[in-house]
Amino acid sequence: MFIKIIDLVSRLRFGRGVHRLEPDQLGRLMGALERAPFRLIRRGVWGLRTLVLLGYYTQPEVVASLGYRADRAGWEARR
Amino acid sequence: MSSLRFDVVIVGSGAGGGTVAARLGELVRQGRSVLVVERGPRFLDSDFTGRELEMAGALYADGGGFLTADGTMTLAFARGYGGSTIVYTGTSIVAPERVIRDWNLPGVDHADLARRSARYIGDNSVHLLPDAEINENNRLFVEGAAAVGLRAEQFPLNLKGCRGSSLCNLGCPNAAKQGTNRVQLPAAERAGVIVVTRAEVVRLGERRLTVRVSAKPAGDKGADSEWTPGDYDIEAGLVVVAAGAIGTPALLLGSGLTGLPARVGHGFTAHPALILVGEHAHSVVNDVGHPKSYFIDRAEDDGFVLETCMYYPFVTAKNMTGFGAEHGAMLRAFARLQMILVLACDHATADNRIAIDRDGNPVVHYRFTDRVVESLARATRLAARIFFGAGAVRVHAPLANPPFIDRANAAMVDRLIGPEHFLPGVTSISSAHLMGGAGMGSTPANSVTDSWGRVHGRPWLRVADASLFPDSLEINPYLTIMALADRVADGILSDIGAGAAA
Repeated sequence: MFIKIIDLVSRLRFGRGVHRLEPDQLGRLMGALERAPFRLIRRGVWGLRTLVLLGYYTQPEVVASLGYRADRAGWEARR
Repeated sequence: MSSLRFDVVIVGSGAGGGTVAARLGELVRQGRSVLVVERGPRFLDSDFTGRELEMAGALYADGGGFLTADGTMTLAFARGYGGSTIVYTGTSIVAPERVIRDWNLPGVDHADLARRSARYIGDNSVHLLPDAEINENNRLFVEGAAAVGLRAEQFPLNLKGCRGSSLCNLGCPNAAKQGTNRVQLPAAERAGVIVVTRAEVVRLGERRLTVRVSAKPAGDKGADSEWTPGDYDIEAGLVVVAAGAIGTPALLLGSGLTGLPARVGHGFTAHPALILVGEHAHSVVNDVGHPKSYFIDRAEDDGFVLETCMYYPFVTAKNMTGFGAEHGAMLRAFARLQMILVLACDHATADNRIAIDRDGNPVVHYRFTDRVVESLARATRLAARIFFGAGAVRVHAPLANPPFIDRANAAMVDRLIGPEHFLPGVTSISSAHLMGGAGMGSTPANSVTDSWGRVHGRPWLRVADASLFPDSLEINPYLTIMALADRVADGILSDIGAGAAA
């Protein structure tokens, strides 16, 4: 439902659906919705954004690519 | 339904419940029976893998995504043998004298809490980390603070054999953190206290509880419950509720008890916090070593505390505002990041309280006061100056718009960062210091319990956790929870010895 609302806003603002936006257009659209005057919309964006980040930044290969190397062996693992 | 009787039933096994359980081992030695009921599982040492998604789902309520009613603040609290002491960083600070004086609780003075705290400082192996074990993320905080004319204080930590995994908030994988799961609960069990896990109190009545023990779901972490799954009707001579600042008020509000003090659920405070990130031009050792070694206490003058911290990639990403290239670029600089946690010292207000929904689940109502938002803005400005003082080239400040401030604009942080940029639902606020909701005080009109944790009008019902705080503590709360729980235990031992309660 919320994604449909984003899609509608995208069509009104850019004349095309959210899936066909250029990356900078998508960033501007989401940035505007993130700061929407209605808390319900902001909350929806926050929830959607959190799910996307959860799906991406918990993948082992992504975590490794960031240089995050925490290890249960702690200091010993760095020596 | 099985029927059982215990002289004392303790609900919850965290800093409060675990402490009371250990102290009441003495009762078992005298022939009394004591039961601890813990909703979460008893985790095995091998369960603590340090993997963010897996551990957050296993340890935290709602997988770490428990939100306030309007969705503007994430509340972090754990469920398991040891409660939230499984996931805290082990910071062990004696309550500020000023705060305890302001609490104005009859019979509770700072000297009493300091004396009780000293006991747990000893029991929990609290000490300062040696210099060699301080990582660069923490050193940069000290250097940055010095550059702006402040001295960072070192956190006393309850560690034994710390290897520096940096994974404290996901449960120590090396059994080094001395939470109640490592110290008080094992001592209580050695003394004969019974602990049952995966056991939820579904009803609290007059000296009676219905406890539902669940089977371990397939694939779940932790051991099976010690009891056969099913419902248990338990008669209790005395009940100690220590289910945390959310769980305790919710349990009382959902109980079948009539005439409880009207203050149940009120007085909730949370130290709302922001995670700030500073990017350096060089790599920063941040993902090995204890993550939280230093703090700056500005509570009295400015209403905030700054602490070092280091969070995992997803939590870091979630707490940064914005989308797209800049957000992604900051995350790709993870190995060059310094982090600071800013906590606002909020105060009890009429708006901020625990309620329950029609199913009895807790609902947390929290509204950010202007004073709290201004404290967060002041704290963010100081943190930004510390980042730049330590040499950061760029800072992410959620209370600036745009949130990224380059070093070239370091002199402008006072102008760029302000409360006007705080937007509930956008600014990512979290809390792990949940306090109040069943506060101590002198009368049923101003509190839920007396200064020994006795619920007004029901001497058989006690509270022994952070919900006792009548206002925020303005510093990390675990040692004070233990000190107050120790006091509650003294009251129980005294009352039972006199035959008054059980």
